[in-house]
Amino acid sequence: MSTGFRRSRRGLRITLSADETMIIRTLMEQLLEILGELPRGDPGLAELGISENREAPRDPVLARLFPDGYRDDAEAAVEFRRYTESALRDGKREAAEMVLATVREPGDITLDDDQARAWLRALNDVRLALGTRLEITEESYERMDDLDWDDPKFPMYSMYDWLTFLQESLVRAMN
Amino acid sequence: MTMMSTAPVEVERPRSEEDLRPDRPWLTIVWNDPINLMSYVTYVFQTVFGYSKHKAEKLMLDVHHKGRAVVSNGTREEMEHDVQTLHAYGLWATVRQDV
Repeated sequence: MSTGFRRSRRGLRITLSADETMIIRTLMEQLLEILGELPRGDPGLAELGISENREAPRDPVLARLFPDGYRDDAEAAVEFRRYTESALRDGKREAAEMVLATVREPGDITLDDDQARAWLRALNDVRLALGTRLEITEESYERMDDLDWDDPKFPMYSMYDWLTFLQESLVRAMN
Repeated sequence: MTMMSTAPVEVERPRSEEDLRPDRPWLTIVWNDPINLMSYVTYVFQTVFGYSKHKAEKLMLDVHHKGRAVVSNGTREEMEHDVQTLHAYGLWATVRQDV
């Protein structure tokens, strides 16, 4: 397993193994697929950055990535979604694509600050997606320790765990 | 349908009685969630609002321990902008008027 991100003179550095490279690429591609599942509505309106989606998506992962902007005012939540959802989706796509553009093959990667910021957001989105699927709670870290190797959720938990480590190391290296 | 730029959001919105009372500011609230890292939430508050590390950490701990915290206040438009930015960072944020 890699040692996480470190700040060097040229930027934020990490060394990724073949497995780690494949995991990151696969997860970013899956994130792009999930983002693509959000209904786009009227293409003309979409071009103006206006979405026709009125409610939070039913899928819990999409609902977490695209939350309501108002909690107790359904009408205001609809309006907020109409005017912000498309831009939010585009920003998330750009961040995931930035990660894919910087991780093409195993080995050393050096990120500049813009790339590192995109990485942080995309890693966070992938963790939100995975964590929502795993129904992560504040107590999940204890549950993870109790999990058996042959539990079907084990690989997903260890991936989530590794992404947490990766994101934490990047935040610290950027500070 | 008329052509619209991105600006006239306010023109379109039906005004409720609450909006006529400018003395009550609007708030951006961040809610606790079990996935976002404490270090990341602190980083987001520093980056988005330009808060000092000390203030950002205090707000992050408020979110963590109390379940939510008011992270900024101002006009409704400003708060919607803040919430939009926080959603881009993956934080769970909402707008509401102060009571």
